[in-house]
Amino acid sequence: MTARALRCFVGIVEREFLRFLSQRGRFFASLVRPLVWLVIFGTGLRSMVDLSSVAPYGSAVSYEEYIVPGLVGLILLFNGMQIALSMVFDREMGSMKVLLVSPMPRGYLLTCRLMAGVIVALPQVYAFLICAWLWGLRPPASGWLYVLPAVVLAGLMLGALGLVLSSLVEQLENFAGVMNFVIFPVFFASTALYPLSRLGEANAVLAEVARLNPFSQAVELVRFALYGRLETTALVATVVTTVVAMALAVWRYDSGRILRRQLGAH
Amino acid sequence: MTALEIRDVSHVYRKPALRGVSFAIEPGDFVLLLGLNGAGKTTLFSLIAGLLNLQRGSIHVLGHPLPDGRSAALAGCGFVFQQSALDLDLTVAQSLRYHAALHGLSRSGARVRIEQELERFGLVSRMHDLVRTLSGGQRRRVEIARALLHRPRLLLLDEATVGLDVPSRGAILQRVRAQCAEEGATALWATHLLDEVEPGDRTIVLHQGRILDDRRDIATASLPDYFARLASQEAAA
Repeated sequence: MTARALRCFVGIVEREFLRFLSQRGRFFASLVRPLVWLVIFGTGLRSMVDLSSVAPYGSAVSYEEYIVPGLVGLILLFNGMQIALSMVFDREMGSMKVLLVSPMPRGYLLTCRLMAGVIVALPQVYAFLICAWLWGLRPPASGWLYVLPAVVLAGLMLGALGLVLSSLVEQLENFAGVMNFVIFPVFFASTALYPLSRLGEANAVLAEVARLNPFSQAVELVRFALYGRLETTALVATVVTTVVAMALAVWRYDSGRILRRQLGAH
Repeated sequence: MTALEIRDVSHVYRKPALRGVSFAIEPGDFVLLLGLNGAGKTTLFSLIAGLLNLQRGSIHVLGHPLPDGRSAALAGCGFVFQQSALDLDLTVAQSLRYHAALHGLSRSGARVRIEQELERFGLVSRMHDLVRTLSGGQRRRVEIARALLHRPRLLLLDEATVGLDVPSRGAILQRVRAQCAEEGATALWATHLLDEVEPGDRTIVLHQGRILDDRRDIATASLPDYFARLASQEAAA
């Protein structure tokens, strides 16, 4: 990486952090959401869900412990949507043009933007894991380290999908609806809240949808990493989805169509 | 080498926005692109900036053809867009530092350039203030300072004074003219404000996507009538 490219990356990350710090409520909102799931839903469903012999947990696992990786995924999913929202906002407010007239290649600029979004998500994920630890959910100490690359990869995948979404949504006003349309089906039709085997016993079609859902793969990658194990299928699926989504996003942003509405073309 | 060469450029959204536009600008020149709202000025700027893809014709920026030479072309250009493009929640210095980073300037180099440009635009005392606390004129000056940070050889300013009072407009215009005179930069200044034309300025008149006039000795006194006639023709059509 050249010095100029590195400075560009640092500048984009710095801007994302400054914006994140100026939106004080965002950090707490990102924590409250998974904590509500963990403390209220987790406690409520603990005695109703049988989670014996579910990988990677050796013996029976509590429901709260099972959903922790899924809730990490939820933080990353919202963060991916936040990346998308911020791109649409920048487009509407005009600051997207400042990014796009940089002499750096567009693909590189988008990658920097994506990585900046993921870096901003890391403190949120670890703050949640600390809260879960205080709640008595304690994965092996090594899991705190092993989970980092998994979280980064899952964040990149969900952020890249967010970038694709941002290239398709023309107006900021439409975004809230689109977010709900994306987040809830993606989250519920996944392995975040229930294991695939249990889902298959109830509904084979839904289980297949959950298996093919890239979000499930990201959650499983995080789940296994948190217990010091590598889930190869999830790793491959997450990497492939990231690469495909990023290529699609770069193609969309390079097509000259992204700013057409803002430039007056209707 | 010309600073900017536009050859037979046409662009269509649903209706044609540019029709066979051609002109060239020599290095060090200050050129006005004059046209009513909707004349095609912003479309032309967007094509030069690579924000829209070329449909027909060719554009060479500082000798680099678009789109293949986009990176090299953009490295030598400074843009001020019609729509303000500042982060309101960042300070002036943070906004400028972000732009400097996008152009690969080192941290120390950026700090020096930011102080120089803010000094020049009389904004040093506002360096650590949030952009949202600045007036419209100050924000515009920050945007022009930002466009100059990486010492571009070609400045492209799209309605840079729109919405400002007369003294602010005059000060900004004089600052850009001085930049061309002192540092040999080239500027293409798009405007619909006739009083920004001074005798001897090269003026390109763009109307409904076509170039109607391109000369230095345009009679500034006759411009209001000229544009009133164009506007009434447009209304009748």
